[in-house]
Amino acid sequence: MDKTRSPKVILHGNNSFQLFSSLPVFHDVTMTEIIISPRKGWVGINGKELWRYRELFYIFSWRDIKVRYKQTVIGVLWAILQPVLLMVIFSIFFGGLAGIPSDDVPYPIFVFSGLLFWNYFSIALNGASNSLIENENIIKKIYFPRLILPLSPTITPIIDFLIAFVIFAVMMAYYHTVPTLIGIILFPILLLLSFLTAAGLGMFLAAVNIRYRDIRYALPFFIQTLLFVTPVIYPTTLVGQKYHWLLALNPMTGIIETARTGLLGTKPIDFNLLAISGVTATALFIFGIFYFQKTERVFADIA
Amino acid sequence: MQQPIIEVKNLSKCYTISHRLSYNTFRDTLTELAKRPFRLLTERQKEKEEFWALKNINLSIAAGEKIGIIGRNGAGKSTLLKILSQITPPTTGEIRLRGRVASLLEVGTGFHPELTGRENIYLNGTILGMKRREIKKKFDEIVAFAEIEKFLDTPVKRYSSGMYVRLAFAVAAHLEPEILLVDEVLAVGDAQFQKKCLGKMEEIGKNGKTILFVSHNMGAIESLCTSCLILEHGNLLIKSNDVRKVVQQYLNSQINSKTQWTKLPSIDTNPWFIPERIELRDIGGNQVISTIRNDQPYYLYLTGTIAELNPLLTIGYAFYTENGTLLFWSFQTDSHEKNWPRLQVGTNTLVTKIPAHLLNEGEYHIEFISAIYFRQWLYEPGRSSVSMKLTVQGGLSGSLYWTAKRPGVIAPIMKWESVNHRLR
Repeated sequence: MDKTRSPKVILHGNNSFQLFSSLPVFHDVTMTEIIISPRKGWVGINGKELWRYRELFYIFSWRDIKVRYKQTVIGVLWAILQPVLLMVIFSIFFGGLAGIPSDDVPYPIFVFSGLLFWNYFSIALNGASNSLIENENIIKKIYFPRLILPLSPTITPIIDFLIAFVIFAVMMAYYHTVPTLIGIILFPILLLLSFLTAAGLGMFLAAVNIRYRDIRYALPFFIQTLLFVTPVIYPTTLVGQKYHWLLALNPMTGIIETARTGLLGTKPIDFNLLAISGVTATALFIFGIFYFQKTERVFADIA
Repeated sequence: MQQPIIEVKNLSKCYTISHRLSYNTFRDTLTELAKRPFRLLTERQKEKEEFWALKNINLSIAAGEKIGIIGRNGAGKSTLLKILSQITPPTTGEIRLRGRVASLLEVGTGFHPELTGRENIYLNGTILGMKRREIKKKFDEIVAFAEIEKFLDTPVKRYSSGMYVRLAFAVAAHLEPEILLVDEVLAVGDAQFQKKCLGKMEEIGKNGKTILFVSHNMGAIESLCTSCLILEHGNLLIKSNDVRKVVQQYLNSQINSKTQWTKLPSIDTNPWFIPERIELRDIGGNQVISTIRNDQPYYLYLTGTIAELNPLLTIGYAFYTENGTLLFWSFQTDSHEKNWPRLQVGTNTLVTKIPAHLLNEGEYHIEFISAIYFRQWLYEPGRSSVSMKLTVQGGLSGSLYWTAKRPGVIAPIMKWESVNHRLR
């Protein structure tokens, strides 16, 4: 049996504040008493603590952004080039050569509306899943709420998402496509759902990854496979009606379908599908957080 | 009476050691799962072993105390610091910390090679628990301390290792927690910088901070700490305000009282060099049993086995004084390459001469050290378990004026001549 348990950390104001008032008081620190003791089972989220460590969250995000395009010639242009190139390739091979239908809108804009969310999802999932092992040495040497590690790489790619969205807006203007009002309203919600899915799955995989490094190698295949079972390059209509429920279980299906129908106005929004996505994404997120918190205590020992 | 700033009650930490050599992969787990129904429970228990890194530690530390923690490698020092800094949870027991803790278990944690010095100051500072505002305020001070003004906007991957360490320590030195946990970070940098770091630590200590300081450097412990404790096999052996006494007790327990060392059945595994036997012999080839005289040379015989020849292998010894000050290192590769002793696969015995009139009277200890040059230590100085004691007594000099131990760690006899001013 695993004998290691998580520390129970209780933070509360302490009467002994005066006792230390003779010492220099540093920044906004309030005198706290920390109790470290073994604890077992599911651990709740310490929101207060996360808030205290927000600066660490910013700096990790800042580091990831800063480092990403270091020592590259075209730098941030990669953020534009990557989705555009992917769109061009997909348009040539899937839209052109393979002749995949695209709900009666030009294939480039059809596939880009899917890639918009898909790229965010895959970058975020990949970043989150590898976040613990990439910061292994920090985990072993410094304490902080570990949740910061997978959350930071799921939030920073939102910047890339927004860049890609600007490209998308340009394309919509070029193809004279007008988004529906409901599509615009739903847009932030879809981004939120993508975040929940990527973060939930990412936290779970990050925690598994630190014990079984197999994840690191299996992940690229997993993400690639997921691309093909998500209607990014093809419309759901291509899949037989009786398998739709299977597609719907993947929260990204609902997100991408809703984005497509809402932004391109190809057909009415399938709110059932969106609701299923919402539920599965939220469930994934909650499961991810709890699994992560439960295993968090042994990270430093098994990393 | 003030409440103690750190209270440790019945603290224990158990690690489970898995005896499987293979890496934790899904495959292993799956095969194990397949085996499980067929294997008996006893078999499984054999595979895992409990290791108690800390056993029932009770400790109470007053605010402002500066505690040195000493003990051999694996005695639980680092585990204690890790639990105190919440990196790993205890197995049993409870700790109450009544102050903000900063732990310095490593210099430069989180440094990113691609980022500049300036950026890394912010990154590392935040990781260590400083606020942005605080870093901004101390920024110039940190840069000045690290002496890297000119390279502030250079990525740290282009820094020399000295600059890197200086910058890392400078950030850490400007932390201002109530409790500072420090693990051997002073073992880096050149002597001058080490002195500066010690000075900074002293300054931090004077400001009323509580410091827990793990080190193998007894000199640093003695000059910095107001109390000292020894950990041995996870037990708290002694804690006292008489730092000197504790250090002496530790050193005495450390030194093998014989002038010979023979390999114990151990778990040492490296293909390059495993020491089997170390002994001292006099000029006639007889083994030295107790003390040696200073007017004769003597020879250190080093026997060990090599399974795989590595051209980067360095074998040598470190010479320490009674109170743990390093006198010198010597390696078989110190001279020109053409003079290096030849090594072969199998058993090798190397002999090295320690000249007469080098040491003073007193006790010394010799420690076997070995490394793969610039890659890794095989037997690291200050941590290696292979050491032996040496007593020098008598034979200091032929002079009537020099009959007793001189001040100073060595007592060479220098040559004196007169250069008379004949031409005047």
